[in-house]
Amino acid sequence: MSTNGKGYIVGAFEHPTRKADNTSVAQLHAEVAYGALQDAGLSKDDVDGFFCTGAAPGLGPLNMADYLGLTKLKHLDSTDMGGCSYVMHVGHAAEAIALGKCNIALITLAGRPRAEAMATGTAPRSWGVNVPDDPFEIVYGRTVANAYAMCAMRHMHEYGTTSEQLAWIKVAASHHAQHNPHAMLPKVVSVEDVVNSPMVSDPLHRLDCCVISDGGGALIVTRPEIAKSLKRPLVKVKGHGEATKNQNAGYTDVTYSGAVWSGPRAFEEAGVTPKDIQYASIYDSFTITVLIQLEDLGFCKKGEGGKFVADGNLISGVGKLPFNTDGGGLCNNHPANRGGMTKVIEAVRQLRHEAHLKVQVPGCTLALAHGTGGLLGTRHGSATVILERE
Amino acid sequence: MATMAFNRALSEIKTDPTNQPFFDGARAGKLLIGKCNDTGRLFWYPRGCSPFTLSNNVELVEAKGTGSIYTFTVMRTKEPYCVAYVELDEGIRVFTNIVDCDLDSLKIGQKVKLVFKPTQGDGPPAFMFTPV
Repeated sequence: MSTNGKGYIVGAFEHPTRKADNTSVAQLHAEVAYGALQDAGLSKDDVDGFFCTGAAPGLGPLNMADYLGLTKLKHLDSTDMGGCSYVMHVGHAAEAIALGKCNIALITLAGRPRAEAMATGTAPRSWGVNVPDDPFEIVYGRTVANAYAMCAMRHMHEYGTTSEQLAWIKVAASHHAQHNPHAMLPKVVSVEDVVNSPMVSDPLHRLDCCVISDGGGALIVTRPEIAKSLKRPLVKVKGHGEATKNQNAGYTDVTYSGAVWSGPRAFEEAGVTPKDIQYASIYDSFTITVLIQLEDLGFCKKGEGGKFVADGNLISGVGKLPFNTDGGGLCNNHPANRGGMTKVIEAVRQLRHEAHLKVQVPGCTLALAHGTGGLLGTRHGSATVILERE
Repeated sequence: MATMAFNRALSEIKTDPTNQPFFDGARAGKLLIGKCNDTGRLFWYPRGCSPFTLSNNVELVEAKGTGSIYTFTVMRTKEPYCVAYVELDEGIRVFTNIVDCDLDSLKIGQKVKLVFKPTQGDGPPAFMFTPV
């Protein structure tokens, strides 16, 4: 059984805040849920499926369902694979809808790490208690930044990838962010700006890293009949794939990601190939994250990501693969340190032809959104969705 | 330019009954690695089950304590430190730090050897590596 065509994204909303000093995480969830329902032309009591992660306050969806007043729920999912979870949730919502478990699924994300002055990337952090790998890694100062930097270092060693090539990813994101009034970093930067910014964790500079921001987003997924009764353009979930990758019992290889599995699964279900994709939202916690995922998703050969991203190839209207036209995590926002939600939202904007005019891909009908959650260099989740405008 | 590594304060390692034998080995100055007796294969990190067969037919064996840098990075925090994967001569790659050296001189492929560094509290020492 395929989920191709079983779910449609009919509501999408990104919170405009980037620093939420005077509100709570629960209230941010409420605001994004309301925004997505308004966008879809639906109301809260239409929602019968609810998806959030461990980043939501409380026990899975329990406390948030209460706060939001969701009283009609018959399907609940708190799958948490870090930042890519929301891409997975889109697939899971399509599955639940296909099986008749729910009709209208709400997916929410919100957080305020910036207001809370969280050292997201540079302080050692555990995912919880009793985590079996912690005693073997936390003492070594494992952080988000160094767990990605080691991937970049090895990729450079094996394939000759350069800091200048990685910088092009940030440059492309900044070209898009200049048109986004909500972007945290709307200034266009050059390759020189990136490679001359302070080193965070060799070889990643400050401008190779995404922003830390507050905010959130929400999506509404529903069945085809309901989608067709609403007034929004039809954005179909055409393919979905997910995977997890880790240290492979000590035989680790940090030059590739779980996208080597989640990507082909999504492409197969959708019946399309990377060449068919007109717009791609690619998780950009760091520049290296983008480069490795692009290779693993098949947009170029392994090891050729550096050449692929250089010279503006990711800039809308300039290159062959327009990516992250909202400015992405590198320039726009990274709410709750989880970028999967905004990746899906910008893909929906592109398919609705509602992206900023300066970055809109003309006649965009097929888009991909992909996320990595956790740490690329140790263990992470991967999720890919392929979306089509009907 | 040189960035000399120094002995930064290391957080206490919280052990549990399953990994205690590994950390008892660390206290005795040994780096132990997991071995699956169903397949004969070595694995990392040490655990109570085989990641190849899921059975508990596993044991700990002592590593020689030599290897080479598979990849690394220097965290440019106020107290810079090097995080690395070292490929042991036994063939498995372990998450660790490279210490007692000029952090700006490190290279992938460089030969390294085992050292132990004390951690805070009453916990076991942490195994690390330094250039040969």
